Amino acid sequence: MTVLEFTAIVAIVSFVAGLLGSLTGLGGGVVLVPLLTILFHVDIRYAIGASLVSVIATSSGAAAAYVKEGFSNIRIGMFLEIATTAGALLGAFLATRIPTSALAIIFGAVLLYSAYLSRKPRPLDQRSLPPDPLATRLRLNGTFPDLEGKRSYNVQHVPTGFSLMFGAGALSGLLGIGSGAVKVLAMDQAMRIPFKVSTTTSNFMIGVTAAASAGVYLSRGYVDPGLAMPVMLGVLAGSLLGSRILVKAETKSLRLVFSLVILVLGLQMLYKGLWGKI
Amino acid sequence: MPAAQAPAPQPHPPQAEAWDDHRIEVILGNLLRTGVLLSAAVVFAGGCIYLSRHAHEPANYRVFRGEPSDYRTIPGVIQSVMRGRGRGLIQLGLLLLIATPIARVAFSIVGFAIERDRLYVAFTLIVLAILLFSLLGSGMGV
Repeated sequence: MTVLEFTAIVAIVSFVAGLLGSLTGLGGGVVLVPLLTILFHVDIRYAIGASLVSVIATSSGAAAAYVKEGFSNIRIGMFLEIATTAGALLGAFLATRIPTSALAIIFGAVLLYSAYLSRKPRPLDQRSLPPDPLATRLRLNGTFPDLEGKRSYNVQHVPTGFSLMFGAGALSGLLGIGSGAVKVLAMDQAMRIPFKVSTTTSNFMIGVTAAASAGVYLSRGYVDPGLAMPVMLGVLAGSLLGSRILVKAETKSLRLVFSLVILVLGLQMLYKGLWGKI
Repeated sequence: MPAAQAPAPQPHPPQAEAWDDHRIEVILGNLLRTGVLLSAAVVFAGGCIYLSRHAHEPANYRVFRGEPSDYRTIPGVIQSVMRGRGRGLIQLGLLLLIATPIARVAFSIVGFAIERDRLYVAFTLIVLAILLFSLLGSGMGV
């Protein structure tokens, strides 16, 4: 394959990954690394480096569109970023010390877990949860636009959510992904934040988290310009399109398709890691 | 802490507070978009130069070699941009991209300070410190 062909195909695949990742809130990075390693035989370290920069682009590019809808909560985002950036730093330092087959196995496990989580019915948005004293003190509670006007919500289980976000940050730094699935888990299921608020707020946080590990990756030579260029531009274009149709889209059937893709890629990564083919 | 900063009683009536947060978010969102579009334009320009010179070479990413220092450190990237290298320009765009969320965090400090929210100024400073430690501690400046 010539550089031109490779660039064009990688850009198209990245576009689709960015579009699906944005629509489902699961992030494009989670499929990009396995696609690059399995389909294009890219070394997993280059794939992680390219995916990580694309994660920053996805998050930051979509932020303006999300913000206009009034769903994201800047305080929840900033508070939890303490956990995710600290985790990301740890993850990035671990990543440079772990053999690639182990990275593939961890990646596979995360993919399988993401597929499982995305199929679990998410808890219904509860309308009248009592205010949690810690969440109130941290001013995490908020409102968002709804069919009936503004709806308020009370954030729950702050310490659990914070700890889970540290884990999400560590995985992000280790694998070059946004860890959208763990974030949605922490924010939807533990902290009981309404789905659209958690999706858009986690999108906002992903870029900051990825920036915390990007410096480590760049200085270790994991970010190849020839590979990162089509990946970053493709994912960015896809995610910008996705964020424009998020509010209207029916996410249920889309999540089913995307979680099947994640399942298949997860099995592939486990196989490759366990048999040392990576 | 000033009286206006007291936790709002539930259920949450004050509109003004939500508006201030929302306005900060809109500004931050636009800042992020501008940064990303700028970096994408630089990456795209670098990509065009790179492809115009190397389009017909074979692509091979099977073997990890690590990037040369030209593409790993800030001074190296700037030098290779000066020499008119496409890949140097791509890396410069990626550096701008990494700087964008960091700028967002720095700007949030101003936003929270205007709201006199000391707790969140402190939280944001912690996040910024971690980000700067990552960049400077990883040897990218040298």
